[in-house]
Amino acid sequence: MKRFINQRPRRAVGYLLGLLPFVLLLLAYMAASAARLAENPNDPLLPSLGTLFDTFWRLATEPSRRTGELVLWVDTAASLTRLGLGVVISMAMGLLVGILAGLIPYAGRTLSPLITAVAMIPPLAVLPILFITFGVGELAKVVLIVFGIAPFIIRDVKQRVEELPTEQLIKAQTLGASTWLIILRVVLPQVVPRLLDATRLALGAAWLFLIASEAIAATEGLGYRIFLVRRFMDMATILPYVVWITLLAFLLDVALRFANRMLFPWYGGRRG
Amino acid sequence: MSAVTLKNIWKTYGRDVVLERVNLHVKSGEFVTVVGASGCGKTTFLRMLLGEETPTRGELLMDGRPMPAEPGPDRGVVFQKYSVFPHLNALNNVLVAEEFGRARLTGHLFGAARRTARDKAVAMLEAVGLQQALKKYPHELSGGMQQRLAIAQALMKDPRILLLDEPFGALDPGIRKDMHALILDLWKRRGLTIFMVTHDLKEGFYLGTRLLVFDKVRHDPQAPNAYGANITYDIPVGRTEPEILAEIRDQTGLPLATEEN
Repeated sequence: MKRFINQRPRRAVGYLLGLLPFVLLLLAYMAASAARLAENPNDPLLPSLGTLFDTFWRLATEPSRRTGELVLWVDTAASLTRLGLGVVISMAMGLLVGILAGLIPYAGRTLSPLITAVAMIPPLAVLPILFITFGVGELAKVVLIVFGIAPFIIRDVKQRVEELPTEQLIKAQTLGASTWLIILRVVLPQVVPRLLDATRLALGAAWLFLIASEAIAATEGLGYRIFLVRRFMDMATILPYVVWITLLAFLLDVALRFANRMLFPWYGGRRG
Repeated sequence: MSAVTLKNIWKTYGRDVVLERVNLHVKSGEFVTVVGASGCGKTTFLRMLLGEETPTRGELLMDGRPMPAEPGPDRGVVFQKYSVFPHLNALNNVLVAEEFGRARLTGHLFGAARRTARDKAVAMLEAVGLQQALKKYPHELSGGMQQRLAIAQALMKDPRILLLDEPFGALDPGIRKDMHALILDLWKRRGLTIFMVTHDLKEGFYLGTRLLVFDKVRHDPQAPNAYGANITYDIPVGRTEPEILAEIRDQTGLPLATEEN
């Protein structure tokens, strides 16, 4: 018999194996839920799958009695707007500061210590400052996301710029390129796919900061909703919301990966 | 007229002396090959010509004027690797040289200017035998083709001097022969002045018009970096007796033939 490190599942088997833990978790939940509901049909902690789905469907399709809005979509739009703004601003800062600090020695010497110091500050610790400074509106939430992920993206971009072979930069100079043209034609196009990779990694943190700030002060949003209904132990809302957030996060990740493959066909191949 | 003149050049890093008292005159149109053991300063020498390093002492002149202290379009270069831009296809890799010079703001040429530049780039790619690979990205090209592309790129600016830093070191012997033929052909037809660093003694011996050997003249066993290297042989190629070849081989410890004949 072959060693375990040499045994590989076939393709179909591989997919089934990947699915298995999900199925087991689901079965465990169903069993636990059924056991609790058998004792008390009104138990709110582990609702049946049917209840979960009905609640989700209601939130997605029936206007709220209080506001007349479709709660799920209002929350989703509010959260994605905040997340998107925060992430896009962070990406722009990452490109600008990362390229300058990575390519231009004077800029690097000036900015690197500051970036390192800011990256050390736990973002949630400054959340009160943000609320005091920017109020409890949208701005503070977006700023928290930027504060949380921009230093990471900046440092990643800067490192990628520094990793560009010196030979390339010299070559560009021997072809008559100015600093600006080196940024525009040599550095920027090679760093953008790395930026998308860094953003993918930063998305998890971005969601964390989004939900944290929504939990504390908001009037709508996915995080706001979860923490609002927590008071009623309304697991029938919380669980579908968590699944929904996970799905959104997954789709964003897939979209970024797809964009990288489509936009930068040279990117995957150069590692070979 | 001499294209490049070195007058009593020294290069030191702290207390380590890499090159000392190097004097050299190279005429326009010469094909100079540079060999030496690793760490003998031949790469430092090339980097000084390139403008990536400045001499610690001495004068480095190009056409009688001080050599600019940073790389520029008057000196083309081909490195052993990383010479081409991985995010551009072959055509754009060459075209970008034209765009660097003529579109200072946008870095892109449009319309008639682009068509002219494109024609020039295609002609250059044809000259190095890459007419079939215009749309290919560097990672889709073989090592030899990548070096052809790098040469085409470097020649777009009509440099006064072409610097080659072990350009064929990573290639198979057969491919290397083709590349030798290509570079000799380009050198003759375009009247280039070429400096080529190589660790293949045979390549150095038979390719150019002049062979420079870098080595340390003085040794202090207690402080191996106290003395720098100098040019120990400066031989016009064509008067290359096997005895000299053997002598240089013994002195530098370089391999003789990595190429089958």
